Amino acid sequence: MTGEHVIHARDLNVYYGQLHVLKDITVAIPRSKITAIIGPSGCGKSTLLRSFNRLLETMDNVRLAGSVRLGPQDVYAPGVDVTLIRKKMGLLAQRPFPLPMSIYENVAFGPRLHGIRNRRALDRLVEDNLQLTGLWSEVRDRLHTPAVELSIGQQQRLCLARGLAVEPEVILADEPTSALDPQSSRRIEECFRHLKDRYSIVMVTHILRQARRLADYILFLYMGELVEHGPAEQMFNAPRRELTREYVQGVIS
Amino acid sequence: MRWSWRKVEETFFRCLMMAAVVLVMLILLWILLTILVRGVPALDWEMVSRTPRGGFYLGKSGGILNAILGSLFLTLGATLAAFVAGLPVALYLTCFRGDSSRTAAFIRTVLDVLWGIPSIVYGAFGFVLMIWLGLRASLLGGMLAVALLILPIMIRGMDEVIRLVPRELYDSAYALGATKMETAFRVVIRQAAPGILSTVLIALGRGMGDAASVLFTAGYTDALPSSLLEPVATLPLAIFFQLGTPFPEVQERAYASALLLTILILVISGVARWLIRRYARQVVR
Repeated sequence: MTGEHVIHARDLNVYYGQLHVLKDITVAIPRSKITAIIGPSGCGKSTLLRSFNRLLETMDNVRLAGSVRLGPQDVYAPGVDVTLIRKKMGLLAQRPFPLPMSIYENVAFGPRLHGIRNRRALDRLVEDNLQLTGLWSEVRDRLHTPAVELSIGQQQRLCLARGLAVEPEVILADEPTSALDPQSSRRIEECFRHLKDRYSIVMVTHILRQARRLADYILFLYMGELVEHGPAEQMFNAPRRELTREYVQGVIS
Repeated sequence: MRWSWRKVEETFFRCLMMAAVVLVMLILLWILLTILVRGVPALDWEMVSRTPRGGFYLGKSGGILNAILGSLFLTLGATLAAFVAGLPVALYLTCFRGDSSRTAAFIRTVLDVLWGIPSIVYGAFGFVLMIWLGLRASLLGGMLAVALLILPIMIRGMDEVIRLVPRELYDSAYALGATKMETAFRVVIRQAAPGILSTVLIALGRGMGDAASVLFTAGYTDALPSSLLEPVATLPLAIFFQLGTPFPEVQERAYASALLLTILILVISGVARWLIRRYARQVVR
C-alpha cells in the first residue's frame, strides 16, 4: 500500500463531556516520515494521537465527530474491526508498561493474539523485533525473566518491540522519552530514525529540541486547534503564523 | 531544645500509634496464648487422626478428623464455587464497565449490603434454598450456603484489586489489537493475580471460620465426609458443640479444635503468601 500519506483526519472534533478538546482538525500524516505533534500541555496532542487508533473510546464521556482514515480504511466506519485497526498502529506510552509476563511473552503476546502459534515462528519474531530495537544482545540470555526487571529504558524499547511484532504501519508515540534518562532517550530516538523507512511514526513531544532533531513533519496544536502544519524545516525556520513562530522560539509555552 | 507545639503534637501522635500497635499485638498474643495454653494439653495425635468416640457427636476420646476434613472439603468447594462465579462479575465491573458506570456503582452497593448481612441469615436462607432444591443438611448444602456468604467478599475484593490495575496497561493490550476479553483474561488477571489470591484467601478464611451458615445447612456427624449429599462435620461447629457440653474434658478439646482451625488457616495462608510472592515478580509497579 503506497500513497504519500498514511493517516487522514477530516473535521475531527473531540469532546470530553462539555469540554471541546479538539476543534475541526483536518490533516494528513506523511508516510514513512517522523511526524511530531507539538504544543503546550493540555492542547490536545495526546487526544489527537489516541483518536487515530480509537483508544479514546475506551474512556468514559468521550464524544468524537469527523473521520479518520488509515490508508483507504475508514477507522471509524460502522462494523469495522477495531482490533485490526489498533493492530496496525503500535502505541508507545509516556512511561513503559510492560505486560506482567516475561520478556519473550511480551513480544509474543501480540502475534499470539493474531493467531501465530508456531513456536519457531514466534521465536523468530521475538528475536527479529528485539533486534530492531537493539535489545536482543542485552536480553538474549534472560528472555524468560519478568519484563519488569529490565531498566526503564530497556522496558520502553521492549514496549516498542512488542508493538512492532504485530507488524503495524504506524507507530504512535506519546512523549515516549519523558520518563527516560538522556541516554535511554537517545536510544529510542535512534530506533525511530532506523524505523522510519519501514514505518510511519507519529510522536507527541513537548521537547522542541527533540522535534528539531527527529521530525520531518510538524503539527502545531494550540488549545485544541491545529494552528499550522508543514515540513519541519519550514515550521522551525519560516512559520506562516505568528503563534507558531512564538512557540518554536520559546516565547510562549 | 525548645518544645514547640508542633513537636508536642508529633510526639503525641507517635505515642498513640505505638499504643495502637501494642494493643493489636497484645490482643493477638492473648488469643493465641489462650488457645495454646488450653488446647495443647488436649491435643494429641488421636485428635487429628481419629473420629470421635464414646459419645454422641463430640466424645471424650477419639478425634475430630471428621470436622477437619469436613471443614476442608466444604470450604475449598465453597471457595472454588464463589471464585468461579465471582471472577466474571469482578471483571465485568472493572474491564467492561467504565468508572462512571451507574450499573457498576449499583452492583457494588448491592454487594456491599450483601457483605454486611450476618452469616446466620445466609444459613437460614441456605436452609430455605435447600428445601426448595430437595436437599437435606449435607456437604453440598453447606457449600452452597458458605459460597453465598463469601461471594460478596470475593467479588468486591477482586473488584478493588483489579481497579488498581493501571489504565495504561489496558491501553497497551488494546493497542496490540487485544479485545476486552483477551485484555481481561491475559493481562489484567495476571497483573492483579497477587491481589486476587489474597482475596481468595480472605474469603476462604471467612468461610472456614464461620459456624452460623453451616449450622442448618451442613449439619453435623461423627462420620468422615463420604458424599456431597450426606451431612458433614465442621470445625467451628465442633468447637461450638464441644464448648457447649458440661464435661470439662470435652471443653478442653474445644480449644484443641480451635488451635487446629487456626493452624489450618495459617498453613493455607502461608502457602498462598508464597504463591503471591511468586506472582508478584511479574507485576508492573
